[in-house]
Amino acid sequence: MTGLGDDIYVIGGVIGPDRWNWYIKPMSDVDILTVGGERPTWRQAAPMTRCRGAILGYEECNFFSLAFESSSLPSTSVKVVNVRGGCGVSLVDDSAQPFHKDSIRAIRYSANGKLLVSAADDKLVKIWSTDSWRCVSSVNLKIDQEMLLMLNIVNECFLNGFSPLRLSQSLLREKSECSCYKQDGLYVCFADKFGVVWVVDLHELEGNESLVSRKAAPLLAHYCSIITSLEFSPDGQFIVSADRDFKIRVTVFPKKPLDGAHEIQSFCLGHTEFVSCLAFICTMDYPQGFLVSGSGDSTVRLWDITSGFLLDTCEVGAKAGLLESNRSDEGCSTVSDLCIILDGNLIAVAIQSLQGIMLLHCDLSSRTLNVIKVVSIMGESFIPTSLGSSSHAELLWMVTGVSKLSGSDCNSLARVRVLSGFKKSNPDSVGHELTVMRDDELPGAEKLLEKLQGSVSLRRMFF
Amino acid sequence: MLENESNPTISKSTGLPRKRFYRARAHSNPLSDSHFPVPISPCHVDYSFHYPQLFSSDQVDSNKKIQFADVGCGFGGLLISLSTLFPETLMIGMELRDKVTEYVKERISALRATNPGQYQNISVVRTNSMKYIPNYFGKGQLSKMFFLFPDPHFKEKNHRRRVISLHLLDEYAYVLEIGGIIYTITDVEELDPVIKLLSTATEEGQKVARNGGQTFQARRLSLTDFAASSDKDNGHSSLRSE
Repeated sequence: MTGLGDDIYVIGGVIGPDRWNWYIKPMSDVDILTVGGERPTWRQAAPMTRCRGAILGYEECNFFSLAFESSSLPSTSVKVVNVRGGCGVSLVDDSAQPFHKDSIRAIRYSANGKLLVSAADDKLVKIWSTDSWRCVSSVNLKIDQEMLLMLNIVNECFLNGFSPLRLSQSLLREKSECSCYKQDGLYVCFADKFGVVWVVDLHELEGNESLVSRKAAPLLAHYCSIITSLEFSPDGQFIVSADRDFKIRVTVFPKKPLDGAHEIQSFCLGHTEFVSCLAFICTMDYPQGFLVSGSGDSTVRLWDITSGFLLDTCEVGAKAGLLESNRSDEGCSTVSDLCIILDGNLIAVAIQSLQGIMLLHCDLSSRTLNVIKVVSIMGESFIPTSLGSSSHAELLWMVTGVSKLSGSDCNSLARVRVLSGFKKSNPDSVGHELTVMRDDELPGAEKLLEKLQGSVSLRRMFF
Repeated sequence: MLENESNPTISKSTGLPRKRFYRARAHSNPLSDSHFPVPISPCHVDYSFHYPQLFSSDQVDSNKKIQFADVGCGFGGLLISLSTLFPETLMIGMELRDKVTEYVKERISALRATNPGQYQNISVVRTNSMKYIPNYFGKGQLSKMFFLFPDPHFKEKNHRRRVISLHLLDEYAYVLEIGGIIYTITDVEELDPVIKLLSTATEEGQKVARNGGQTFQARRLSLTDFAASSDKDNGHSSLRSE
């Protein structure tokens, strides 16, 4: 809940793929209560947005990007700032096309930080170089014949006011041979609304900065089920996809991905609601990594992906005390995002309707998940929907927001907060020392917030 | 038998359910979200419910698994024939249409009642096999899968509803053991693209086998000269004759 002028903005609900392939549950709304007049009135402003942030920390630079994911209203920008200098970066697209014509669903940095990918509802996936911040490639899904089939069902979605194609999560990774630095392969994978994961080969991208349009090839498919998250295993051997039908599928990432990935390693089954997020825990002792997933059933689960075996379940919704009040709204404690901190055993969990985050400790030797504590954010209503951390900065970035509020000159409402106090040397004692940084303490301080949030005075407008 | 006299849906002479009370449309939309219970994972499948005599409460530790799956079993003709052919094998029919599933359930329980000790190895479940196959079967669990006269979905916009598609074959390969067989049959000559699909998928299966993983062979029973009828029970009798 935030205030702006005479209005109080109430943001409620988040992010669950509903039945019938609707992307966002109708309960997720932003409502405005106008209190300036004689009688307070309610009106609906915008559907709740998943505001995504992606953080990139490497070498001396530290970039933070922010994009909006909304269900109906367009937001067409990715904001990028250099965290160290606090200055913004503008993305340049030489193709004279608009940046993105529709809501941006996903942004992601590559593992070595050289590329940024953005995917939007205009069925474009754009790939940006982080050296020049230019668009080096774009993938247009309209070219594909497959789209003709999709559009038939898409029409139904239009009638319901939902956007045509959901590029749920875009992801980039590089496969590099350990012995040398030569790049072995470079692929972008993304998923559409109908459960098909597409792959784009970026091999000839090296040294070729000109804008190239590319075609995507289908890699695998979940049968007509929205894919909610997509991750590669740390060793690059598997691609893991989660869907709204409670399934997590682990597929062997093939040598020739353009021919499709046909060998399923395992299914991780155990969630009783849609799976909302995936993350890999990978430590020195366990380089193959373990999978952590969050779900609409308000649990976080730990998996062994080679066997699909469920190792542990943590009822975070109940532990956060969100279920005690016995609220009838189903899904009120959906796990909306997961973030692994310090490359290690700490997991930050964003839970719907929890003001703050929950910290979990993952003990990989006993394969258990334990709640360390709930870190509340005081002073303002802040329910993070997206989390990001950069490995060396020991900070956790948290984002929430809405895009394009109607009846307001404020273009979009985003709020970025940062949690500090994570110590690499002593991850176990972290629970006591965490602090939410004040806006002026941030690296880059107000300049950074101005760029990310659109307005430096944002905080002053809200109470 | 007394109560059967008052129940017109059960035939008086055979004790079997009468098909005409269980007619349903031939097509069912696999894309819609129907509301039926789905086991969370293969180990949550209640074997004592499906095979009560083989998994009675005193011998729950039986580790026998379902090995045959008839996907889109229709009125269950094949299941019932297979039951006596492979009495030691557990098999399950999967059907999306509620009424038809009810018919098969009644048919099996009637057969079990009239033939004590027989037909204990078959059961039926109402489910959308295109979505929930991994919820029923673990990796490499099945030795045979049957897709008999699947809904051809002629219109291009409905092709994604076909039960045999390149992407779904990956899932079938996952649940089949090495050397497992998929049986398909169709009376639609036009389904050539599907047949082509099958052959490419087989190659991919071989590729997978080379990588040390799953594999399957696709065995095609093409019945193009068969009269254009989609009645599954007819199809089953012709399959047996081959």
